[in-house]
Amino acid sequence: MISVKNLHKSFGDLEVLKGIDLEVNQGEVVVVIGPSGSGKSTLIRCLNMLEVPTKGEVYIDGTMINDPKTNVDLLRQKMGMVFQHFNLFPHKTVMENITLAPVRLGKASKAEAEQTAHELLTRIGLLDKADNYPVQLSGGQKQRIAIARALAMHPEIMLFDEPTSALDPEMVGEVLDLMKDLAKSGMTMVVVTHEMGFAREVGTRVIFMDGGVIVEEGTPEQIFTNAQNERTQSFLSKVL
Amino acid sequence: MMGVYFMNTWWESVVAKFQLCFINDDRYMLLVKGFGVTIETSLLAVIIGVIIGMIIALFALSNNKALRLIAKVYTDIIRGTPSVTQLMIIYFVIFATVPLPKWIIASIAFGINSGAYVSEIIRGGILSVDKGQTEAGRSLGLTASQTMTDIVIPQAVKNIFPSLCNEFIVLIKETAIVGYVGLMDLQKAGDFIKSATFEAFLPLIATAVIYFALIKILTIVFGRVETNLRKSDIR
Repeated sequence: MISVKNLHKSFGDLEVLKGIDLEVNQGEVVVVIGPSGSGKSTLIRCLNMLEVPTKGEVYIDGTMINDPKTNVDLLRQKMGMVFQHFNLFPHKTVMENITLAPVRLGKASKAEAEQTAHELLTRIGLLDKADNYPVQLSGGQKQRIAIARALAMHPEIMLFDEPTSALDPEMVGEVLDLMKDLAKSGMTMVVVTHEMGFAREVGTRVIFMDGGVIVEEGTPEQIFTNAQNERTQSFLSKVL
Repeated sequence: MMGVYFMNTWWESVVAKFQLCFINDDRYMLLVKGFGVTIETSLLAVIIGVIIGMIIALFALSNNKALRLIAKVYTDIIRGTPSVTQLMIIYFVIFATVPLPKWIIASIAFGINSGAYVSEIIRGGILSVDKGQTEAGRSLGLTASQTMTDIVIPQAVKNIFPSLCNEFIVLIKETAIVGYVGLMDLQKAGDFIKSATFEAFLPLIATAVIYFALIKILTIVFGRVETNLRKSDIR
C-alpha cells in the first residue's frame, strides 16, 4: 500500500532523511521507533506530503504522491493522520470536527456524516461530547476524537505521529486501547511512538531509525529481544 | 438674592447661546446632515478598506514575489504619508475629473488608507493560527483554499476582531478631515456653526459629544459580538 524508495529530505543544509526504503502492506501495523531527531516524524509526514521529499519516491496504492502531477488531496483522503497535538478545530464542536471533511469533500451528506460520527463516537465512548467544543475535553478525549475525525473519511491507511506524547500519563492508555482496537480491525497503520509496550504488543513490524536512516527492522520479537545492531541495542537499553 | 440673580442671567445666556448655535436658522440640521455624511463616508470606507485589506493580506501571504512586492509597496506608501495628504491627492489629482459624489471619492480615499492597516491586521491574524490547523485540514484531504476558508479564516477572524474594531473606530475619527476637500461632515458642521455664530464652545463640544456617543455605542456592540465569537472558548 505504501512504498518508499530512496527517500531524502533536507531542511536547508540539514539532511534529516538520508535514503529511506520502506514497504507497508495492507493490514500491517508498522511502528517506527528511535531517538529524537532521528527523522521518524519527518518520514511519516513525507508519506502524506506534509513535508515534500527532497529526493526519492513515495507511492500510495501505486500512485507516486510526490509527483507534481498527482492530486495530493485525493490521495490524502485515503490516509488519516493523527498528530501529537491533536489539532482539533477549536471553533467547531466535536460533531462538526468529525463531519466537516466528509461533507465538504462530498463524501457524504450531512445526515450520513452525522450518522457515521454517531457510530464512531459510540465506539470510542464519547457520544455525550458530540456538542462540546474541544477546549472542554481532556487530552485523551481530544486525541480519541482526532482519531474518529480521521476515521470518518473511511481511510485505508492511518498515520500516527507520536499520538500519546503530549498526553498526561493517565490518559495514554485510553488512546492506545483505541489504536489497538483499530489494529485488530485490520487497519493498515504506521505509528511513530515512544510507547515500547504498544510497539511490542500491537506492531507487526518495528522499524528502528537513527540519524536519518533505518538502522534495523524486524518483528517486535526480533527487535526487542534479539536486536542485531549496536545502536538499536543501546537505544532500547535506555528506554526499556 | 444676588446669587440667584447671577444664576439666572448665566442660565439665560446659556439658553440664548444654545438658541443661537442650534435653533436659529435650524442650525442643528447642519449637525444632523454632517453626522449623516460622517456615517455614510465611514461605512463605505470600512467596506472598501476591508476588501482591499483582504486582497493585500492574501498578496502579502502569497508565494508569488511580485504580489508580495505590491503588498509591501502599498502598505509602505500608505503608512509613510499623512492621511490628509492622501485624501487631497486622491480628491484633487486622481479623481479630479471623475464625476462621482464627493463623499464617495472621500470614502475611496479613506478605504485605500484603511486597507493598508486592515491588511496588516488580517495578515497577522492568519499567521497567528497554529500551523497544525492547516496540517489537520490538509491531511483530511481538504484543498488549500477549503482549509483557508473553513478552518484558518474563522479562527483568524476571532483573533483579529478586536484590532479590526479598533481600526474602524480610528477610521471614523479620521474622516473628520474631509473638510479639507469641501465635504460638510460632522466636524465641518461644528466648525461652520462656530464661524457663523462666533461661538466656539457649544458647537465644538456638541461635535465631540456626538462623535463620542457614536463610538461608545459601537464599542458596546463590538464587545457583544466579540463575546459571541468567543463562545467556543468557554470551558
